[in-house]
Amino acid sequence: MPITRKELEEIALLARLALSEAEIDLYTRQLGDILGYIEKLRSLDTEGVEATTHAVPMDCTLREDELGERLPVEDALRAAPRRAENFFEVPRIIAAHDEE
Amino acid sequence: MNLCERSASELSALIARRQVSAREVTRAHLDRIATLDRELGCYLLVDQAGALARAEQIDGLIARGLDPGPLAGVPVALKDIFVTRGIETTCASRILKGWRPPYEGTPSHRLREAGAVLLGKLNMDEFAMGSSNENSGFGPVRNPWNRAYVPGGSSGGSAAAVAAGLCAAALGTDTGGSIRQPAALCGVVGLKPTYGRVSRYGVVAFASSLDQVGPLCRTVEDAALLLEVIAGPDPRDATSIAEPVPRYRDALGQGVAGLRLGIPKEYFVAGIEAEVEQAVRAAIRKLESLGARAVEVSLPHTEYGIAAYYILATAEASSNLARYDGVRFGHRAERPVDLLDMYCRTRAEGFGPEVKRRIMLGTYVLRAGYYEAYYGKAQKVRTLIRRDFARAFEQCDLIVTPTSPVAGFALGERTEDPLAMYLADVFTIACNLAGLPGLSLPCGMHGRLPIGLQLIGRPLDEATLFRAAGAYQAATDWHTRRPALG
Repeated sequence: MPITRKELEEIALLARLALSEAEIDLYTRQLGDILGYIEKLRSLDTEGVEATTHAVPMDCTLREDELGERLPVEDALRAAPRRAENFFEVPRIIAAHDEE
Repeated sequence: MNLCERSASELSALIARRQVSAREVTRAHLDRIATLDRELGCYLLVDQAGALARAEQIDGLIARGLDPGPLAGVPVALKDIFVTRGIETTCASRILKGWRPPYEGTPSHRLREAGAVLLGKLNMDEFAMGSSNENSGFGPVRNPWNRAYVPGGSSGGSAAAVAAGLCAAALGTDTGGSIRQPAALCGVVGLKPTYGRVSRYGVVAFASSLDQVGPLCRTVEDAALLLEVIAGPDPRDATSIAEPVPRYRDALGQGVAGLRLGIPKEYFVAGIEAEVEQAVRAAIRKLESLGARAVEVSLPHTEYGIAAYYILATAEASSNLARYDGVRFGHRAERPVDLLDMYCRTRAEGFGPEVKRRIMLGTYVLRAGYYEAYYGKAQKVRTLIRRDFARAFEQCDLIVTPTSPVAGFALGERTEDPLAMYLADVFTIACNLAGLPGLSLPCGMHGRLPIGLQLIGRPLDEATLFRAAGAYQAATDWHTRRPALG
């Protein structure tokens, strides 16, 4: 199934990927090839077949809700690209009141 | 005695009996890495100081009469997908460059607890996406048998390092063949255990319903030994299987008398290299001469495996890789204008082309309105493939196939055509879809390149794979061949 350039751009935004014009052209073509190959599944009758979500059937694993080992805050923050006090810092998401 | 040619089992025995020190063994491997790896490119990181300190610690324990464990002083290395506390872990991606994890994953923890010495972290396809190791963000790996050829992937650094004697054994991960295919292309033994047999805690996630951890070694004994160490339930991985871990090494000497080998007719078709087919058929005859019986079986949905796999794996990957957003660890784009800009440029700068391609494909198939047509359909095909195997295993005890349709391919040969690269996984993917254990071992040569034989077993029946592989290895010498290196 071919994929349009516009669809490709929508997918890139959903996937949070800033692509160059050249990448958009390349992926439009390559995803079209791969989706074309995947089309072969349509010819297979799966009416009434159950879906497999897990290769090995297993029961839902339960455990007691007990406090275990925790990652110290300093360790968790050590690899952060930016931090402020005990927080991960990111660009402002909500406008401040005086800017409204 | 060349210490770098010895198996892990031999080295641990020599070290425990104090015939050689762990320090000498580690030193020999570090020297060999320094000499050979500049050209091969197996290692992303060598922890020389940490390895020597650990080796001395092992020697100290032995000197005091203590038992350091079944892997006493054995020099091992890890695919860089395994999270190692304080040691840079990148998954061969620039988005994780410089990340020093604050915790240790279960498989590497268990290796260390068993006395192993960690030499370093091994190259791979970025986020384990690839079949040639050419998708690494930090350069390719060369096949030690012929340096113009790929080592396979995604655990290409692991397979090449084991083949070249740059470690005694390694761990890899296998989502669609990523342990078995490089093991075949590099002439070593590689095992993908049953889904859930080994904990995935601290293993960077690619496709969570398919990913599994396993060993790459130079002998079947070593693969059994390593699996004994790393397998078993883990409270930190809810999908790990609670079954007790048998002593797999006991299966090795049992012989194959009476074993029924299933030969799937769908695996011997056009597209398979003549030399590969001849070598695999000769291996089947060898197993028959040792007392096994070959029966033809059918896996009728084989041709749909790759299509189903690339829907499921990319869908799961697009979700798993959403965590690389530049907030808590890893790369972040400079001077973002807002949060969306930060996400989009961080990911565009950090991920390589194949990872982007798969995230895009996975996002596409999971789109609102497309779920049933793609993901839902692929899960139903997965059921049909599981049923194929269940039926086949009514007639046989294990299934025998080639691991890869070709003995190898050259660097650069398939990089322009992603679909051609995906088709390289045709014989290995079904194991992951069905959750079955699969083992690849050397069974011949095509010119200078090794050929791999794949054995597929029932769920949790790794012992039968070791039994057949052990008997084959005892009767042949393919596993003793080593590439000519400087």
